[in-house]
Amino acid sequence: MKKHEKNRNVAIIGIGQTTLSSHKEDQNQVEMVAEAVRNVLADANMTLDDIDCIVHGNMELFEMQFQPDMWHALGCGSYGKEEYRITTGGTVGATLVCASDSLVASGQYDTVLCLGFEKLQEGNTTGGITNMADPLWFRNLQTGALTSTTATEMIKEFGKDRVLRAAMKYRIMMDKHAMLNERAHRRLGLEYDQLETLMETSPQLVGELRLIHMCSQSDGACAMILTHEDRVKKGTAKPPVWIRDHETSHRGENMSNLYGAQKPKSTHRDCAERLFKRNGITNPLEYFDVFEMYDPSAYWGLDWLREFLLLKDDAVLKLMEAGEFDLDGKLPVNPSGGVIASNPIGATAMLRPAEAALQIRGDAGGHQIKKEVRHALASGFGGTLWTVMLMLEKELNW
Amino acid sequence: MATKRVAICAVAQHKNEPDLWYRRFQNMLLDVLEDLQEKTGFTYGENGVEMIVSTSDDFFDARTISNNGVTDVIGGQYLAEEKMAQEGLNAIGYANSIILSGHKDLVLIMGHCKESQGESRNMITNCGFDPFYGRATGLDYLNAAGLQAQAYMRKSSLTDDQLAEIVVRSRQWAAKNPYANAREAVPAGKVKASPMLCDPIRQLHAYPVSDGAVGLLLASEERAKEFTDKPVWITGFANCMDTFFFGDRDLTSNFALKKATANACRRAGIQDLKKAADVVEVMDCYAYQQPMWMEGLGFCGDGEGGRFVAEGGPGKYRVNLSGGTLAGNPLIISGLYRAAEATLQLQGGAGDRQVPDAKCAVAHSTNGPAGQFHSVLILEA
Repeated sequence: MKKHEKNRNVAIIGIGQTTLSSHKEDQNQVEMVAEAVRNVLADANMTLDDIDCIVHGNMELFEMQFQPDMWHALGCGSYGKEEYRITTGGTVGATLVCASDSLVASGQYDTVLCLGFEKLQEGNTTGGITNMADPLWFRNLQTGALTSTTATEMIKEFGKDRVLRAAMKYRIMMDKHAMLNERAHRRLGLEYDQLETLMETSPQLVGELRLIHMCSQSDGACAMILTHEDRVKKGTAKPPVWIRDHETSHRGENMSNLYGAQKPKSTHRDCAERLFKRNGITNPLEYFDVFEMYDPSAYWGLDWLREFLLLKDDAVLKLMEAGEFDLDGKLPVNPSGGVIASNPIGATAMLRPAEAALQIRGDAGGHQIKKEVRHALASGFGGTLWTVMLMLEKELNW
Repeated sequence: MATKRVAICAVAQHKNEPDLWYRRFQNMLLDVLEDLQEKTGFTYGENGVEMIVSTSDDFFDARTISNNGVTDVIGGQYLAEEKMAQEGLNAIGYANSIILSGHKDLVLIMGHCKESQGESRNMITNCGFDPFYGRATGLDYLNAAGLQAQAYMRKSSLTDDQLAEIVVRSRQWAAKNPYANAREAVPAGKVKASPMLCDPIRQLHAYPVSDGAVGLLLASEERAKEFTDKPVWITGFANCMDTFFFGDRDLTSNFALKKATANACRRAGIQDLKKAADVVEVMDCYAYQQPMWMEGLGFCGDGEGGRFVAEGGPGKYRVNLSGGTLAGNPLIISGLYRAAEATLQLQGGAGDRQVPDAKCAVAHSTNGPAGQFHSVLILEA
């Protein structure tokens, strides 16, 4: 596979988030995206005059706003500027960062601001997700992103008790991380000694999937500013975080094929294999210092770790049981609390590289990992099991 | 090392139709894809297409994540597929940047839209207004265009007779374009007698409801020769956003289009687009827009759209020889049809519409209410 050569290197030089909440009732959409844009400009010590292009995205049918970038022109600062609106479903936030990387690397734009948002309070999220399926064949069977299939498959593979415990431990670990992140939406204060109680008492959704396992429904926005190497050399307000590479793996719509007798290769593993091979990463578990993963439920979080990290057999459960995904573990996963804590969908996949970049900068505040973070991985999830992955670096030395 | 320039290798168009009720958009895309593969012989995966930019719209498709419904049909299995959620011409601008960045050397663009599936386009574009003010008063893109048309006709002395002339000419050219929707000739009198939709816009001043699909293959300079011996080079692309609320805008100023044109010309190294362009394709959803956008592109002075038409500007500058959007393209991918026609002209493949020895073409598109957002693509043979 040919080596990935960019026309010019690109760094993240600004990160801005809104607070994340189930109801941001004091703001309309424009005011909410403006909060993220103000924050990212302050973080980069820039003004809108420094920005050449805005990249905007979310999922239109969640808020029922047709081409929302038009209304948002004032809030996201695109007036008089170039603008792209690129969407890919749940992966959109990560796609916006990948797109901005390409726009800057191309030499056509010097400094780009990307913005992902969702105000899920204003729409019907599950209704919106159900609308994803074909109206003729699958829509009445579609149950949104909610699935217990992974739980059932893992139980079949590793035994019920072990899987149920590992999944609930994962859930509690995420809450412990979220407790350290003052921006996170759901911070419940769960303790590991509640593990067995939660396994019994949390309302059952489907099979072994319980309410406590699932991600939240949040309002919020995330924005980032990207620029090129020569601009970075002139000095930046915060340390630059370099985008080394990114990759996307999507697949077709037919959900039934995903759960047929023969399980197809996951896009997570496919994407990870391509990305790591191209960059000469043989052991991702050793290479990366942090992984911000789009984890919509505790079972998916657990299952997908083995796909992303190319783990075999029960390695993922062993690592989970040994606490290796904790903040002081071998590979800390989602120090921010992840998607289970906060999920403004159009921003969610951008919060992953944003949080990973904050870790590299050493700027994550309460949820900063103690050891130095030099190599970070971030993933987005969406659609019918789609994947976007980004590799971020502290040094420009690969 | 990254490429210096990007080529459109080939285009494929689905014929625009008023109501393809018997075809799903997946079928339409598949026809376009097979046509494109036949023309270029491209394959997928390593050393082939690894990146696809689709263009569609959640509202028009009535499904969340509309690209999800076509990922497999356009060959996106286990590949990078992203959706341009703006007017499709921006997909070409974006794909141009992807290839220039060095990230991928081939990009497939696949756009579709079936306007016939919705009960009314206006119901959809009404949702483009903010839920507090514009949407509540029933504004939609037609209403918005009506307001703009009133203001622009006053400013530029554009007459009802001239609007009719623009439609008559569009149909004359559309008759020569096998992909156009409305191809039958109409006399000026019929245009002027057609029902009033939104004063001064009459039914025949407005683009007909259309279903369509377009595909393009883009490649780096190094790889273009594998797929075509007539590469068409993307030399300039730019877009620009105006503000949203009409009270904040001068609806006749062409603010966004002028700025997008200036940036596209700067990138293409063109001083005077009027002199450089052999063919111009503008997205004229309504008849008044053709002279107005030509004014924005710099082909006539400020407020001179009426004179531009009177002096035969559309013929002189070879504007919309495809029939333009007035002859029927769906809203979301009209710009892709503009670019497809421009590419055919530069490749010498435009049939009865061919401009001899065309070297430079401009494709334009607009998005949002009353031309809030404009995109300009400059192509050279």
